[in-house]
Amino acid sequence: MTESAVRPTPASPTPPEGHLLEVRDLHVEFRTREGVARVINGVTYHLDAGETLAVLGESGSGKSVTAQAIMGILDTPPAYVRSGEIRYRGRDLLTRSEEERRQVRGTEIAMIFQDALSALNPVFPVGWQIGESLRQRAGLSRADARRRTVELMDLVRIPAAATRLGDYPHQFSGGMRQRVMIAMALALDPKVLIADEPTTALDVTVQAQIMDLLADLRRDLGMALILITHDLGVVAGVADRIAVMYAGRIVEHADVRSLYRAPAHPYTKGLLESIPRLDVRGQALSTIPGLPPNLMRIPPGCPFHPRCLYAQQVCVDEVPHDLVLGDGRTSACHFAQEVHDDRAR
Amino acid sequence: MTAPASPAKVRGETVLAVDELVKHFPITQGVLFKRQIGAVRAVDGVSFELRRGETLGVVGESGCGKSTLARLLMRLETPTAGRATLEGRDLFRASGGELRRLRRNMQMVMQDPYTSLNPRMTVGDIVGEPFAIHPDAAPKGSRRQRVQELLDVVGLNPEHVNRYPHQFSGGQRQRIGIARALALRPEIIVCDEPVSALDVSIQAQVINLLAQLQDEFGLSYIFIAHDLSVVRHICDRVAVMYLGRIVEIGTEEQIYRRATHPYTQALLSAVPVPDPAARDRRTIIRLSGDVPSPADPPSGCRFRTRCWKAEEVCAVQDPQTVPRAADPHPSACHFAEVRPDV
Repeated sequence: MTESAVRPTPASPTPPEGHLLEVRDLHVEFRTREGVARVINGVTYHLDAGETLAVLGESGSGKSVTAQAIMGILDTPPAYVRSGEIRYRGRDLLTRSEEERRQVRGTEIAMIFQDALSALNPVFPVGWQIGESLRQRAGLSRADARRRTVELMDLVRIPAAATRLGDYPHQFSGGMRQRVMIAMALALDPKVLIADEPTTALDVTVQAQIMDLLADLRRDLGMALILITHDLGVVAGVADRIAVMYAGRIVEHADVRSLYRAPAHPYTKGLLESIPRLDVRGQALSTIPGLPPNLMRIPPGCPFHPRCLYAQQVCVDEVPHDLVLGDGRTSACHFAQEVHDDRAR
Repeated sequence: MTAPASPAKVRGETVLAVDELVKHFPITQGVLFKRQIGAVRAVDGVSFELRRGETLGVVGESGCGKSTLARLLMRLETPTAGRATLEGRDLFRASGGELRRLRRNMQMVMQDPYTSLNPRMTVGDIVGEPFAIHPDAAPKGSRRQRVQELLDVVGLNPEHVNRYPHQFSGGQRQRIGIARALALRPEIIVCDEPVSALDVSIQAQVINLLAQLQDEFGLSYIFIAHDLSVVRHICDRVAVMYLGRIVEIGTEEQIYRRATHPYTQALLSAVPVPDPAARDRRTIIRLSGDVPSPADPPSGCRFRTRCWKAEEVCAVQDPQTVPRAADPHPSACHFAEVRPDV
């Protein structure tokens, strides 16, 4: 298929002064019977047209909740956005009505999930599911929707697409199911694609295929991509910039190459040192001591201080602000410069 | 863990020998009168030896039969054919008291620390349960103390013996599973994806613990994983499985530096390396398509449908896992050769 079929109109230019998507000082909490969990505590990041931002973090760091807030698919209750802004093309999404947000979902910002088997409906054929938004939202006739669906399945490289329209999700392999979900997300030609752990459930050879596909689609369709993952290896392969999250905050933000060369936050540094690497065989792995904090009782000061080798009294007393390092990167650590220079030394 | 291993045990001797192990799961049709219409060949002729004190990694993608292999070795499944000897005794012929004694020597750590611990039992009961089955392993009066010792060995607070699994984090639960596996002082621990459910920062803690326990107690591990970086870190030898067969087996060095089987090469090249500078240096071999169904594996070489080297002979002749001219470790490829770029 030709790209013009999927993308009939060229992406309208972003206002020069603003970013395509901007999250500003977002706070989200989960109100549960046991208490209030502060899941997102002042997240700020931005995304420009055509770039790939990786959001890296372990479970409970808030990386997926931020994405759900952008999409407007938070489960409320228990999740509540306490404050902050999510600006898309300069307009705050959080102040818009549900109907207006629905117009943004899919056509402007789309999302794919980790587990394609549970994200797809098991009782409808995949062709019907991909075509659903084409019929409902784009107003295509059944025949047109069907034609577009085949084009989309070709685009995500599902072999013999036309013959597989009537197949159900369980008849596809894990990698093919993930492709079906990507085709669904692309149906309305979004400008931003959020991929939440898109390859975590897949085998390495299939993972490489899907990451290639995402990178090609991003380039060919001129989309911006937010890649949410816990895998430092996957990030290194595709991302332009990276935001590292811990306890609902972005602790370090940098372009990928300088972050891997010299991390400026002790948590990033610990993560990089604790992964076994295929190309380097070492002795004992260095570890980050302790556990991530309970989000109902986040430690005072810097939330990472109980596990941090650099921690001093100031880390217990004061919440560190984003420290801007020379090359335009930020790190929320009182000793960011020291950590950075440690690695470079 | 106080008593030393008996003096007769020599590091490096073979503790477990597996010979042509086969497990086929029948596919049946019909409700009342079931008839077999085929078989899923989960494990289809696997042979290897495990030496005392070593870690043998078993890697492969989902569906290659690595977990079935683990379950066979634990005698949780009955093999269709093949033999395995544990310290000279036939593992699959044993029954009753002999089987119980053999099982003592082989324990398992499961993948999922959330479902492999009984939520209604305290940690003390979970770790001490093996002593109820093997009362001679610890006299009744000393059991609680032994359990606390075990908790201490795996880095948990011995005072937490009365807590329940839900009060622990994922990494701590995996430690409980390891303590349970250690309780009977086994020779071999089969670890089925022991760290894949854990976060990166916790993974390293558990890997280091496994390595430390091996040094301390002279354990042999069968370490099943899909993460090749983790396997390289912890394993002495590595077996690569594809569709129920071992396609290549060798030392860590032989597999990671001089792999001769195209599947191993593709697998290694696809592993994401946490270094953006490597993006341009590495060649990624892109395999097309998916793994064929183990119910209907391709004729000849099972990898030929995805292999860029496949020729006519591959469809006709099933390559044996034998030493090849390219490198002296066993590899199941007619065209085995070392690729310098992976």
